Amino acid sequence: MATPSPEGETRGEQLSRFDPVERLAHWLTALFFITLILTGAALYVPAVIGFVGRRGLVERIHVDVGLALPLPLMVSLAGSWGKGLRADLRRINRWIPGDRQWLRLTFRRQSTSHLKIGKFNAGQKLNAAITGGVMLVMLMTGAVMHWPYYWPLSWRTGATFMHDVVAIFFLALVIGHIGMALAHPPALRSIVTGKVSRAWAKRHAPRWLEDLEAGP
Amino acid sequence: MERMAEPESRKATPVGRRVVLGMLGLGVAGVIFGDPVSRGIGDILQPLTSGDSGLASLVPGADNFQIYTVVSGYPTAPPDYRLTVDGMVEHPLSLTVADLEAMPATKLVKPFQCVTGWRVPDVHWTGVRLGHLLDEAGVTNGATALHFKSFDGTYTESLTLDQAGLSDVIVAYQMLGGPVTREHGGPVRLYVAPMYGYKSIKWLSTISVVNQVEPGYWEDDGYAVDAWIGRSNGLSGDPVS
Repeated sequence: MATPSPEGETRGEQLSRFDPVERLAHWLTALFFITLILTGAALYVPAVIGFVGRRGLVERIHVDVGLALPLPLMVSLAGSWGKGLRADLRRINRWIPGDRQWLRLTFRRQSTSHLKIGKFNAGQKLNAAITGGVMLVMLMTGAVMHWPYYWPLSWRTGATFMHDVVAIFFLALVIGHIGMALAHPPALRSIVTGKVSRAWAKRHAPRWLEDLEAGP
Repeated sequence: MERMAEPESRKATPVGRRVVLGMLGLGVAGVIFGDPVSRGIGDILQPLTSGDSGLASLVPGADNFQIYTVVSGYPTAPPDYRLTVDGMVEHPLSLTVADLEAMPATKLVKPFQCVTGWRVPDVHWTGVRLGHLLDEAGVTNGATALHFKSFDGTYTESLTLDQAGLSDVIVAYQMLGGPVTREHGGPVRLYVAPMYGYKSIKWLSTISVVNQVEPGYWEDDGYAVDAWIGRSNGLSGDPVS
């Protein structure tokens, strides 16, 4: 994607991209994930372990926050307040025409401006879906590690191995996610304030804009 | 219709759901079959990890120790370090590392198996049989158990006298081909081969002979006092040899 001038893309008529419930769910989940990454490092990386120590305490925080990780999303999805989030999850789940091509062209560093992308591009959709998968796999493997009483030893070894592999993979994804956010200030602004400009939507989410203007 | 509202585009492919379910499937497969896979990785990376350092130590599945410490940071041994054997003994001992090195050495090549699942195969250990130290100190009548203390001030452990007498229970001053490092519990640690790793107390400073088992640090957290590999902590599976 070409780097647009951020100023030009935040001025003018404002549209709501994320409602307060979605933003709160995002930032609580982010806070939990960051806590898990930091405490995870203090359980796994020898240099950090040597610096932090206190394994019992660190482990307790890691396990408790890990178990609480799905709560912000689940609570946000549960009631009438979750309408916006539910609609966005449907958008993220379904790949519309152009999404695959967007991915292909982006990998080849070619222009995607002719594609009618919806509210989320394929990269954002993949990021969300993979993060969801990571949450489930980490919860499952973490549970096998934390409640040892029901599994063969080899499963615990397998769970430990998967937990470590997926953690490192996810760390790379998080770094990529933060990098993309910093590289695209209007998108970052939208998860902070909820707003994007009409000009931004027209450029990055033309089909969403069309649907908005067509009305419900 | 040319334009469908996105949320209603039911015909569009649910790629997101497939990604999530696919990852969950891979995760389950990884739990069930990850053990042999990680052993394979461990074998491949062996040349890199045998030195026990560097980035290879962060690769999942590589045969690495995950270093645990229960206090802030890695404790440092006092300059006048001594290993004390006291309690119900005829001759309390106060031993330097050199004193231990002068005793009959026992060398073992055995795995380190953590109760949480990770394992390091073929670790080289050198030390003095715990039973030998107890013979030197002369255990008095009525004693049944040992209480171990770490100089980190927090970590404690226990064994029965019978367990302590096993031939593969040693007070180790060498592992991985050199002196026991600070991270691994140096200068002196216990190695209890037939039990899960938490019994192999690190930064060992005191062995007290007592008349009843007092559960140690990890046992207070719910782990089994008799921590036989494959036969405790609700775990089944092959005891590693």
